Amino acid sequence: MIQIGGTRIPMQEQKVQERIKNFYSVPLGYTEKEVVAEAQRCILCKDAPCEKFCPVNMKIRDMIRKVAERDFKQAFLIAKEDNAIPAIAGRVCPQENQCEGVCPLGIGFTGNGINIGKLEAFIADWAMENGIKEKFYVKERAEKVALIGSGPASISCAVDLRKFGYKVTIYEALHKAGGVLQYGIPAFRLPKDIVEYELSYLTEIGVEIKLNNVVGQNIKFQKLNQEYDAIFIGTGAGAPLFMGIEGEKLKGLYSANEFLIRTNLMKAYKFPEYDTPIVCGNKVGVIGAGNVTMDSARCAKRLGAKNVQILYRRTKKEAPARDEEIQHALEEGIILKELVNPTRILGNDMGWVNGIELIKMKLGKPDKSGRPRPIPIQGSEFIMEVDTVVEAIGTKPNRLFLTKTPELETTDWGTIKVDKNLMTNIKGVTAGGDAMRGNATVILALGDGRKAAKTVHKYILMKNST
Amino acid sequence: MNKIVAKQELATKIKLVEIYAPESVEEAKPGQFVILHIDEKGERFPLTIVDANISKGTISLVFNEVGKSTKQLGILEEGDDILNLAGPLGNPSEIENFGRVLCIGGGVMIAPLWFVASALRKAGNEIIGVIGARNKDLLIFEDEMKAISDEFYITTDDGSKGYTGLDFLNKILSQKNINRVVTMGSVVTMKAVSEMTKSYGIKTMVTLTPIMVDGTGMCGCCRVSVGGEIKYACIDGPEFDGHAVDWNLLVSRKRIYLPEERISSLLNERLGGINP
Ligand SMILES: Cc1cc2nc3c(=O)[nH]c(=O)nc-3n(C[C@H](O)[C@H](O)[C@H](O)COP(=O)(O)OP(=O)(O)OC[C@H]3O[C@@H](n4cnc5c(N)ncnc54)[C@H](O)[C@@H]3O)c2cc1C
Ligand SMILES: Cc1cc2nc3c(=O)[nH]c(=O)nc-3n(C[C@H](O)[C@H](O)[C@H](O)COP(=O)(O)OP(=O)(O)OC[C@H]3O[C@@H](n4cnc5c(N)ncnc54)[C@H](O)[C@@H]3O)c2cc1C
Ligand code: SF4
Ligand code: SF4
Ligand code: FES
Repeated sequence: MIQIGGTRIPMQEQKVQERIKNFYSVPLGYTEKEVVAEAQRCILCKDAPCEKFCPVNMKIRDMIRKVAERDFKQAFLIAKEDNAIPAIAGRVCPQENQCEGVCPLGIGFTGNGINIGKLEAFIADWAMENGIKEKFYVKERAEKVALIGSGPASISCAVDLRKFGYKVTIYEALHKAGGVLQYGIPAFRLPKDIVEYELSYLTEIGVEIKLNNVVGQNIKFQKLNQEYDAIFIGTGAGAPLFMGIEGEKLKGLYSANEFLIRTNLMKAYKFPEYDTPIVCGNKVGVIGAGNVTMDSARCAKRLGAKNVQILYRRTKKEAPARDEEIQHALEEGIILKELVNPTRILGNDMGWVNGIELIKMKLGKPDKSGRPRPIPIQGSEFIMEVDTVVEAIGTKPNRLFLTKTPELETTDWGTIKVDKNLMTNIKGVTAGGDAMRGNATVILALGDGRKAAKTVHKYILMKNST
Repeated sequence: MNKIVAKQELATKIKLVEIYAPESVEEAKPGQFVILHIDEKGERFPLTIVDANISKGTISLVFNEVGKSTKQLGILEEGDDILNLAGPLGNPSEIENFGRVLCIGGGVMIAPLWFVASALRKAGNEIIGVIGARNKDLLIFEDEMKAISDEFYITTDDGSKGYTGLDFLNKILSQKNINRVVTMGSVVTMKAVSEMTKSYGIKTMVTLTPIMVDGTGMCGCCRVSVGGEIKYACIDGPEFDGHAVDWNLLVSRKRIYLPEERISSLLNERLGGINP
């Protein structure tokens, strides 16, 4: 029975008591029956507001229509036209602020819009299981393009550049490709076989991925710039920020990056089967309220911490993390402590963290970000007992690459300066994703990759014609 | 994949490996390091470059078998592969014509110090070479260091060869006009040398070896305090001014994973040294 409108088909998930002991995906995914039922709820709006609020303007309505007709293959191919990695975007996009946020079915009853992300993930997973791939004919060109970094920005840029026919080489510093998708976002949110599958697809279409290549170290940017006809810089914003408060030298204090790299990339949660260790205590304080904070807190839980508290200077309403992540974290027994800001970290005489001093905050007038400004309440400091602290207050572009490329213009924030076509001040060199935006999202990085590919193509055609 | 093309035991538990690393060799400079990741389950760990042979495409590393990862590397033979090798990482040592440079290497780090001292000599410096170890059997790179030194000294902790301890350095420091000191060795050695040279006001460069993960400035694990400022050893160093280093912090942070390192080591012995 086709039911237009109606309520969202609930997503089956791993039970809380089980999932806090493992790193497997929390959502179990729709069944075929469920996904079709969910798709059939779509009223196929004429103006499809969902599409306008998708940063890559995916043809969502057509995709959903195909899902409703059980034509998963066609649905997948439609998604792929605009989105190189639907299996990933469907899982990590902040849908509530994008496609799903404007779906009329959701207005008024939050959370009832079409579950676009999960539909997208379903069809991409289905295509993976059934060996369905996007096929395209490549007319090979002689020109070569180098991409620096292998995160979502470079992944999408690489696919489009191959479609134009270029020889594409990705240089990645780490021993695994994928950027944040690989080292940052935990497997319980984004299973790593999905990331590996997307990367193997790149190799299949002829993209060369050179791992363990740190541009600026074993290979100079200047050399790449000579050898290649154009460059895309997608080096991300992978350098941790610390608050700069007393006690950050203590043992037991981690940047979220280190905490997540150890846990995810190096699989410290499987220590000692895997060699890289992590020290996660019983009482963990995680500073921040973004996706990175939720990921760190949920990893801490899975590493065995009894008591995990998120320490946030505003309130849940202002938290930048995806709704789903906040909800999952709360279900898992993680406490969101609102309106507190750390002032110092305390340690014992062996140099290990044993407490954190917090000051209470209140909300003031909106600041530049539009969110109410948190104001400290004088004299309200108090001490909370913790043995591990994870700082997840944001990251900035890595200075390794930037200091070795002084000719590249940057902003005061250390992000790479680009024009509206993503061209940097160096001719033929484009940049996008977090390296250009600062902390942003997977889908914005993806959109940048596409746009940069077009700019590169135009640039090379122009160069050839002069 | 990077192949081990030659392997040699230099002293008990100290080994040299020459690894085929064509993508790393061209930029490899004295004072820089590489990060090895032996297999899927292994950790990423740093070793300092000891030599680079551009025509063969190889770099050499010398390491001390202290725990799981270095023991596992020690078991690999010529022809075996290492899954991942990244580098050179970090900044090269400062090489200029300073005049007369006192180069002090301790233990396993004598080998990379030799690479730095050779470059300093090529740059026109007069080299006073000093090598030291716990006892005479653990001295490595003796001939190599001697060959590039204008003056050469040996010291051991137990006095089994050359001088005993580091006190004899005072004589050199006070009598010779020394423009710079470069030292690589254990934290204890580098700290002692730095404290000594401070009173003579001689600039002293040390190579810091905090625990690292990525080695590219992404995690902040390798943070050290130099001149009261937080620095990342992997991208701001590893060479720093020894007089400005907070040694206690370095020692403290190097001990974070002691219990885990012990577990790994014991398990490793039980499993015969290879990851299942
Ligand atoms: C823990 C975490 C959770 C997140 N959750 C979400 C989420 O749920 N939804 C969402 O939309 N976004 C999320 N984000 C943000 C999102 O992941 C990023 O916006 C996105 O990955 C940026 O993509 P990118 O391609 O610009 O760079 P990155 O993904 O950062 O990749 C950059 C790559 O470049 C490499 N690199 C850097 N320097 C060099 C060099 N010199 N030479 C060679 N390679 C180099 C790095 O090793 C890295 O692999 C999250 C981020 C983190 C850290
Ligand atoms: C920049 C740099 C250059 C180095 N160069 C050399 C070298 O040329 N030759 C050499 O023998 N050793 C060198 N080291 C030290 C070497 O990396 C460690 O001995 C090695 O990682 C120990 O690993 P393990 O599993 O064998 O021992 P573990 O049991 O893990 O540890 C034994 C000791 O090594 C230290 N250590 C552990 N993990 C690391 C890590 N990831 N990074 C640094 N130290 C660690 C610990 O503090 C501990 O005291 C260097 C370290 C750094 C940071
Ligand atoms: S890519 Fe993101 S915003 Fe676009 S449809 Fe998919 S989930 Fe929505
Ligand atoms: S806005 Fe909602 S109902 Fe309208 S087309 Fe998009 S998904 Fe369907
Ligand atoms: S090792 Fe990660 S920042 Fe230096």
